[in-house]
Amino acid sequence: MSDLIKITIDGRDTLVRRDTTILQAATDLGIEIPTLCHHPALEPYGACRLCTVEVTRNGRSRLVTSCNYPIREGIEVRTASDRVVRGRKMIVELLWTRCPDAAIFQKLAAEYGLEKPRFEPQEGELCYLCGLCVRICDEMVGAKAISFVGRGIDREVGTPFFKVSEACIACGACEFVCPTGAIKVTDVTDKPVRPLLLDFDMGLRGRGNIYIPFPQAVPNVPVIDRDHCLHFQADACGVCEVFCPPDAIDYDQEDEFVEVDIGAVIVATGFDPFDATQKPEFGYGHYPNVISGLEFERLASASGPTAGKIKLNGKEPKEIVFVHCVGSRDKLEGEEYCSRICCMYTAKQAHLAHDKIPGAKITVFYMDVRAFGKGFEEFYDRVRAEGIIYRRGNPSEIYKRGDKLIVRAEDTLLGKTIEVPADLVVLATGVQPRADANQVATMLELEFSADGFFAEAHPELRPVDTQRPGIYLAGTCQAPKDIPDTVAQAKAAAGRAIVELSRLRRERETA
Amino acid sequence: MRINTHDFAEQYTLLECIQCGRCTGGCPVSIKTALNIRSIIYEVLVEDAIDPSGMAVLWDCTNCLTCTTRCPKDIKPADVIIGLRGYIVGEGKGVPPRVRDALMSAFTRGNTLGFAAEDREAWAADLDFEVKNVLDEGQTDLWFYVGCTPAYDPRIQPVTQALARVFRETGIEFGTMGMDEFCCGHEVRRIGETEGADSMVEEYHEMLQEFEARRMVTVSPHCFNAFHNEYGEMPFPVQHYTQLLSDLLDDGQLTFRTELGKKVTYHDPCFLGKHNQIYDEPRHILRRLPGVEFQDLDRSRERSVCCEGGGGRMWAEGTNLEERLAHQRVRDAIDLGADVLAVACPFCLLTLEDAVKILGLEQQLQVMDIMELVAQAM
Repeated sequence: MSDLIKITIDGRDTLVRRDTTILQAATDLGIEIPTLCHHPALEPYGACRLCTVEVTRNGRSRLVTSCNYPIREGIEVRTASDRVVRGRKMIVELLWTRCPDAAIFQKLAAEYGLEKPRFEPQEGELCYLCGLCVRICDEMVGAKAISFVGRGIDREVGTPFFKVSEACIACGACEFVCPTGAIKVTDVTDKPVRPLLLDFDMGLRGRGNIYIPFPQAVPNVPVIDRDHCLHFQADACGVCEVFCPPDAIDYDQEDEFVEVDIGAVIVATGFDPFDATQKPEFGYGHYPNVISGLEFERLASASGPTAGKIKLNGKEPKEIVFVHCVGSRDKLEGEEYCSRICCMYTAKQAHLAHDKIPGAKITVFYMDVRAFGKGFEEFYDRVRAEGIIYRRGNPSEIYKRGDKLIVRAEDTLLGKTIEVPADLVVLATGVQPRADANQVATMLELEFSADGFFAEAHPELRPVDTQRPGIYLAGTCQAPKDIPDTVAQAKAAAGRAIVELSRLRRERETA
Repeated sequence: MRINTHDFAEQYTLLECIQCGRCTGGCPVSIKTALNIRSIIYEVLVEDAIDPSGMAVLWDCTNCLTCTTRCPKDIKPADVIIGLRGYIVGEGKGVPPRVRDALMSAFTRGNTLGFAAEDREAWAADLDFEVKNVLDEGQTDLWFYVGCTPAYDPRIQPVTQALARVFRETGIEFGTMGMDEFCCGHEVRRIGETEGADSMVEEYHEMLQEFEARRMVTVSPHCFNAFHNEYGEMPFPVQHYTQLLSDLLDDGQLTFRTELGKKVTYHDPCFLGKHNQIYDEPRHILRRLPGVEFQDLDRSRERSVCCEGGGGRMWAEGTNLEERLAHQRVRDAIDLGADVLAVACPFCLLTLEDAVKILGLEQQLQVMDIMELVAQAM
């Protein structure tokens, strides 16, 4: 009982721990106090003074910073009195004067009804010396690569002697925590900075080190990327544990290997997309506006990196070229087979591009259009009716002229070599066996067919069985196929598995 | 002249062709002339017989190999052109006069350029040391195959001399065949005279019995391609000089002293690049040259563009004299802000330098062989 003391905040009596802060106590009561230098994982610092509140003790009242003012029995706190608001307004005005271009102060100034700072603004300055970067580098990262240098009005953040820092580990915490964008990790070090990219969005958007891998992930909870986590790699940081309100962070969690007895296995390990850098003539990986079909898929997706707007570097392409059969029907790359999905996904993507970019000129280069499924030919007709041009001939060269890409092909129906300008080229990259298919095959004793996919027991009569009883195939691990075919095969595999399980149960019951 | 297309299609596995158009789509000359290898293949597939003698466009092909590297069915369209030229050369009708002269010179004088066989050693006259003759000595460390253009062409002779000086300075014992050396048959084969080229291969294999060597080096990527890929089994490894120099640099045997102070870009010769995937060694040398800022052209390596000097085109002008690929190549180098467009092939050097002169850009851009840059830096 002795640990808890009584204070009053904005007229509300509350019992708080002796070692807490006014800021914390107010936050616990749901009272918001603005702050610009406070971070729950860092020691209080009292640099910005925006968290100023009015404290009355023994009848005397004064303005103090709520983040580090020690709590005493019986104090009375006012977080929004006239005096407090006047004080904060002054602080905002002075900080804004120092950093006129910082968005955060422009917003605060508007909130406090300031039109322009009274004093001569300090053009170009973004740092208001809150010390978040210095403190996180010291307290959390443990690198101490940056500190305050200079005295008085010359005080600023920098590395020792302003030299490129050897101590910096290029983690980017300073840049991340800075409220105004004043510090860049590249100011501190010349070590390479490798942004973490979200695989599901084909690297078109960055991700944090704690992230949900994709919107439909099961379970749909965040994961920590241990390979890049400071806590796991260097026993530092731990910010997330402090931050997480429901205390969900558990650094000691280990991978679990669970053994289960099963009667049947359905292999549905999928495929790898063809890596278009293997076809250097298309300039994939060389020109940023040559992208793969899967990358276009993310650009066009409402949950993708551009929220469904087809844009590259903020620019909307007006001339778009799609190229069929990249890594399909190609002996040179070992993909002799037709990937079976690219004709139709290209038709869909061309349709989406037409839909999302009015007036876009869209050309699809094909060698044969294989619209074999139910409704496919009709869709192909619809897409062409929308004005999308299909030209026969597979491009062989993509290069730059001015700010346009030039797609060079022979239009085989004209018998003429042509150059088609484009702002965006989408390569209809094919399907190939997974890189780790060998491991799965070894583990389950599966066989491969000549194309490198898992072999079914008989191509016509046992299309979902393998040579091994009780193991069945579904989807693109067996051969390239589209969604309806995959669903059909998966249901067939489930049916075969049920038959096998029933047989096992009957055997057990009659034994 | 009529060719039985069924036999021809089978010989060149043309029945696998799906007419995708990647061969013609990538062909660098197809944009400026009517050469369309895809449609020629189609004609072979659907007609019972064809007559190539009237196909002037066959002499537009530079054998740069773009078509072959792009074919998804592993057909070799560049070989189809040579096959068809073979029929023309076999009959003699429709052969461009200068191609005819080059062939005649190759077989009568041992070089494709019309020079006297006795003058084959003229390139070495200015050297301050004597070049050994491997046929006299009976053995050597490195057999230096000079090649026709490097031996005779006054513009290329300094390149050849510079390479000999590198051998000398790095202490490599080497020798040539002196004036007994003759054409390797590479361009003869490209022209379509397969039998004649085969006879040269045979003759060389007999001469190779007369001496022992540990390795051989050529100046020209064309000669390199011949000995490396078209001579069957060779008794020793065949290297292009850029491969040797790259190794010498890594071993520390070759060192540079002089700062060049130049911005250099590089044009991939087709017979080093597309034909033999030698992309890194020339760049490795250029990057090691002191005071050289190296930058690649946008279209480089596998995406490089032919200079139009290969495949017998040194003797056949082709059907479009106005537009030359070399001109575009030179403009690309200028746009990049390069002082030097480096090459590693005598034909590239000649065609690109011609382009610089015709465009009047001598003040802005120099075309130089890597060997010449190396000589300046030594």
